[in-house]
Amino acid sequence: MSEFIKELRVEHITKRFPGILASDDISLSVGEHEILALVGENGAGKTTLMNIIMGLYQQDEGHIYINDKEVHFKTPNDAFSAGIGMVHQQYMLVPNMTVLENVALGLKDCWKKTVDLNMVEERIKLISEKYGLVVDPKAYIWQLSVGEQQRVELVKTLCQGVRFLILDEPTSALTPQETDELILLLRKMSNELSIIFISHKLNEVKAISHKVCILRHGKVVFEGNTSDYSSKEIAALMTGHEIEITENTDDSTTGDTALEISDLCVKSDRGFLALDNFSLAVKFGEIMGISGVSGNGQKELAEAINGLRKVESGSIIFKNKNITGKSPFDIINLGMGYIPEERNIEGIVPSMSIKDNIILKDSEKNMFSNKHILKNKSIEEYTEKMVKQFDIRTPSIQTAAGSLSGGNIQKVILAREINRNPDFLVCVYPIRGLDMGAAEFVHKQLLDLKYKGKGILLISEELEEIMNICDRIAVIFKGKIQKVLSRKEATTSRLGVLMAGVSEDD
Amino acid sequence: MIKVNMINYKVAYKIFVISLAIIIAITIGAVIIIAVGGNVFETYWIIISMPFRNFRSFCEVLTRMIPLTIIALGICVSSRCGINNIGAEGQMYMGIISACAMAFFLQGVPRVFAIPVCILTGALFGGVYGFIPGFLKAKLDVSELLSTVMLNYAASQFYKFCIRIPLRDPNDTTGTPMSARLPENTLLSKFVRGTSLHSGIILAVILVVFIYILLFKTTWGYKMRASGASARAAKYGGINVSKYLIIAMVISGACAGMAGSVELMGVQARAMENITSGYGFSGIVVALFATLHPLAVIPAAFFFGILLYSQVNLQILSSVPPNLVETIQGVIILIIVSLQMVISSPYSLERFRKRFFKNQIKEIKEVK
Repeated sequence: MSEFIKELRVEHITKRFPGILASDDISLSVGEHEILALVGENGAGKTTLMNIIMGLYQQDEGHIYINDKEVHFKTPNDAFSAGIGMVHQQYMLVPNMTVLENVALGLKDCWKKTVDLNMVEERIKLISEKYGLVVDPKAYIWQLSVGEQQRVELVKTLCQGVRFLILDEPTSALTPQETDELILLLRKMSNELSIIFISHKLNEVKAISHKVCILRHGKVVFEGNTSDYSSKEIAALMTGHEIEITENTDDSTTGDTALEISDLCVKSDRGFLALDNFSLAVKFGEIMGISGVSGNGQKELAEAINGLRKVESGSIIFKNKNITGKSPFDIINLGMGYIPEERNIEGIVPSMSIKDNIILKDSEKNMFSNKHILKNKSIEEYTEKMVKQFDIRTPSIQTAAGSLSGGNIQKVILAREINRNPDFLVCVYPIRGLDMGAAEFVHKQLLDLKYKGKGILLISEELEEIMNICDRIAVIFKGKIQKVLSRKEATTSRLGVLMAGVSEDD
Repeated sequence: MIKVNMINYKVAYKIFVISLAIIIAITIGAVIIIAVGGNVFETYWIIISMPFRNFRSFCEVLTRMIPLTIIALGICVSSRCGINNIGAEGQMYMGIISACAMAFFLQGVPRVFAIPVCILTGALFGGVYGFIPGFLKAKLDVSELLSTVMLNYAASQFYKFCIRIPLRDPNDTTGTPMSARLPENTLLSKFVRGTSLHSGIILAVILVVFIYILLFKTTWGYKMRASGASARAAKYGGINVSKYLIIAMVISGACAGMAGSVELMGVQARAMENITSGYGFSGIVVALFATLHPLAVIPAAFFFGILLYSQVNLQILSSVPPNLVETIQGVIILIIVSLQMVISSPYSLERFRKRFFKNQIKEIKEVK
């Protein structure tokens, strides 16, 4: 097994990609039992730096030292054998295998003639006890919630004898409760390990890290002890300007009903009723928040409205027209916009260029084509305009959309959906995984739409987001609306109770 | 500035990888030639030099390029739309037999009318035969690999039946199952007098341009490519993925059917056994070799045209069995499939850039 890592130090790391300087002369160090928070906006170069440390990329210039000895990692395996492990933003688990089998996949020393699963199980038990990470080795991955899957990833990494842990935005897909649990867990783990924690949620950074390092445009712009600075100061350093929290201050709505859903029943992928006699009405000029723990029918609701999921019974009326069972094409043309949850695979065609993705819904519009012949020049001009207007950071408009960072992908989707000028917009977790600057930008855009008299359905798990910008908040639980509150009535604790399924009438 | 450089090194990378494929294929081919006791240099010399010996042999290669190109274009459309058409062979059979029947029906009709009608009949029947697996895939999610391969058998048997009974040459005395010679007014004229090259080449060139425009310059092509790249995102974007899937299969089948009728009317002049010469399968390889780009189909088809023509020469001029060429084709398919992984890997692209394009990247930094 690897020796203890007393210190990991990187010096003058520079990495260039075509047209982009991803890391620019970065130096930092992490000592034993230390938690370093690495913060920065989307595309600031956090993930690139970690991929260099893990041996996924090679730096163009600079050196990496462990305990003052220089190391060269050619592959992630080299990093593993030196005791460094990483939990990626997207989990690398096989859904139809058990926890035990998934852990065994990463453990080469249990592969003999047959896989020694007993040994793996023992090792899982050991790790679970040591760190208080509870997992059920017999459970299948697909049965687990996102938070549980993350624990499996942690166990998998720790079973490999890792002494130094890198976590890439570990909380971006977690519910608030799961996040709190993870923070407690990491604090406990820092007695044994050194951790680099990538995040852009500053309350988490404040809660767990000893040191903080801020990256902007590939450069270290700030390094210091977390406790010496307030969240606000860190936020300002991160974005380069003061952050103002976008708040909805206008309660007026234009009054007409935009979207009316009555007694909607929709089945989930696994065949049970995800929406069970769901009813809700949203007006023009109103932002209606849907708050709830993920998996209570939010995804199915968004898909049913947009014609992407079969409706079993009930009706959806949009602008006084019944759109139940209509095709996505018809619904889009009626003026519906949709920012889907899975932006990387549904919101964009990953292998196609930004330019091709911008026209995904509108290729037949006069602006982009004439009698089915594409107008390349006007598409390019339009895309260039969008890239500027939405500050999409990309080498060129020909770049494959899937190679952009999460925040920039979201900006591509926003650019398309908002400039299509829809009458109604369905947004699902629109700021998940985005940094504060980008989230602020998204919220400004949504409020602008509201002021223009458009209706918005905002599905989110972030209570703060919901309470800041929604006019009314509907709490969803097991496919039904628990209660609809106005923004003034809503408090974190009241929403939390409703989200947990407790009815206020009891 | 930056944009130009990026495209440059990506294209260079693709050319590099494809050249590597050819070198590996030639090396493995050499091993096989030695194993069957042939002379490596002599064999390769025959393959490479014979087509360029004189203009007539060069035209032989071009003649073989015609069906290869037309079929590969169809494969480009279907594969770009996300459906693997392994059924080009069967669609080609249907094209040949329907064009043949139509030709006898049009006896005595003026050429300007008879020839287009025959070609379109081939395209129509090939298209219908492509529609079946497309429809099954779109509506019932039947694997196109299964349905197209099975339909190949069906088409081949139906074809064999037709040239034995309904379309059999009434004046034949040799007992060979084949149709009568097509009436003169339905035969394609020679493009160059005294060679085998027929005017079907005009159709092939027009189709290259047509398919290129369809795929990259029209909204239909755009929607097909989007459906193929990510069906889920395409559905989200309001694209009727099932519809474009079926259309793509019909176009693909129509191309194969057209290739069949052109081969019949330009080269063979009668429907006989083994008329497809495996073009339906070679066409798939050509399309893959061209990385599914219609313009790249031309050089790819030329390369395979040389290979196919060499079968004839090897038989005459050397002791090496002509089936060797098919073996080399097989090796190339394997290499292409593995190389596609290499081409799409950002890591090896990155390594390539570092090795050969370091200066260019530095320039970018300075410009910035």
